[in-house]
Amino acid sequence: MKKELITLNINGDDHEIAVYPWRTLNEVLRDQLHLTGTKLGCGTGDCGACTVLLDGQSVSSCLTLAVEAQGQKITTIEGLALEAAANKDLEKCELDPIQESFIAKGAIQCGFCTPGMIMSTKFLLDHTPKPTEAEIRAGLSGNLCRCTGYNKIVDAIADAAEKISPTK
Amino acid sequence: MSLPQFTFLAPTSLSEACALLEKHQGTIKIKAGGTDMIVRLSHRAVKPDYLMSIKKIPGLDTISYAPDTGLTIGALALLRAVETSPLILENAPMLARAAHATATVQIRNMGTVLGNVCNASPSADNIPTLVAMHAAIVASNGTTEREIPIDEFFLGPGRTSLQANEIAIAIKVPPLAPKSGVSYQKISPRSKVDIAAVNIGALLTLDENEQCQAVRISMGAVGPTPLRAKQAETYLTDRKISDETLAAAGRLAAEDASPISDVRASREYRKLMVEVLTTRALKEAYGFAKN
Repeated sequence: MKKELITLNINGDDHEIAVYPWRTLNEVLRDQLHLTGTKLGCGTGDCGACTVLLDGQSVSSCLTLAVEAQGQKITTIEGLALEAAANKDLEKCELDPIQESFIAKGAIQCGFCTPGMIMSTKFLLDHTPKPTEAEIRAGLSGNLCRCTGYNKIVDAIADAAEKISPTK
Repeated sequence: MSLPQFTFLAPTSLSEACALLEKHQGTIKIKAGGTDMIVRLSHRAVKPDYLMSIKKIPGLDTISYAPDTGLTIGALALLRAVETSPLILENAPMLARAAHATATVQIRNMGTVLGNVCNASPSADNIPTLVAMHAAIVASNGTTEREIPIDEFFLGPGRTSLQANEIAIAIKVPPLAPKSGVSYQKISPRSKVDIAAVNIGALLTLDENEQCQAVRISMGAVGPTPLRAKQAETYLTDRKISDETLAAAGRLAAEDASPISDVRASREYRKLMVEVLTTRALKEAYGFAKN
């Protein structure tokens, strides 16, 4: 069986790669392109560790075929700071405000769920800039944390929301 | 786990897709959003030689409404689209509630309502409301279309009455009769994300005397297919709605349910919850119908 030559736009860069059609986006990101910030947890779309954005929509990369991600803008955790920099028209941006809030609020324990949590937060805040606590919890309900540091994650998201869209 | 090997097909027209189904009968599987199919492939529950995505077929992602024919939801309309569509929220808000109750944010950004229906899981979130609302599945074989009433669509877990060369291209939901109300109720061990342990869809229509003119109750996760609560429907029809009659309807629904015990709930608990959720659904539907 033959590999297909496809072009994936990841974090603003085009990558031309040869992939088998049964490879998931998660496998291609991690194993072929070595973008290992995106994790693989359950592999069945339950845990959210593999969350990336496709044209701004949060999806499970473990359930996405790489060949079907062509033509869409893929954003991974590695690209978030770059995007923040572009949006602010800054030359350099160390981290996205969401990432800064996760660090500031101690929302990271072992860190394995963090990239997925942050990508889900990005999607939530893009659509609901001022979420209530219930909306934060619902918006992140597709992301599991084994360390169960959920309260600090909720605090971090509220902090990030305030930073991105300050209350007047 | 990596997926098993397959040849990937991505036809760009319905006729091409149906021809491929015909040609590769028995060795081909269809995917839309993929949130069920990729998991089944990964678990080796299916091992097709060909996997056909219908995502490249234009025009299947639309949601439309006409006063005489009602809602049409295309095969590629995402759960998220149905959850947030102004047309759905205005004309069938319970379909939006059911879509919202499905899985996770990420899955709702990928999966489709019709995919959830065609997967034919007895516990599917989107089925009970559609059954209650007299939905019909539009199937195409590439040249002709037919409408399959949803009551005739489910044959067993994962089995539908679609023919081997047919693709479900849309689901139609007729407009509600005047003085009608709908409800979707669900219970699961986790408040979010989880598969339903029991779910109920109900449609209640009142006559001019505020008596029950017609009622449809669909019960999920309590049988091999979604089940109608026929005894409860017969009992309630032409009867005055009161706390007592709604409670009696709940008890009759539990009699018609035939659940199993599994990881999500025991048979006994499911029966009790059918009673509770049916009464709750009817009460909510009655509230909408009155106004």
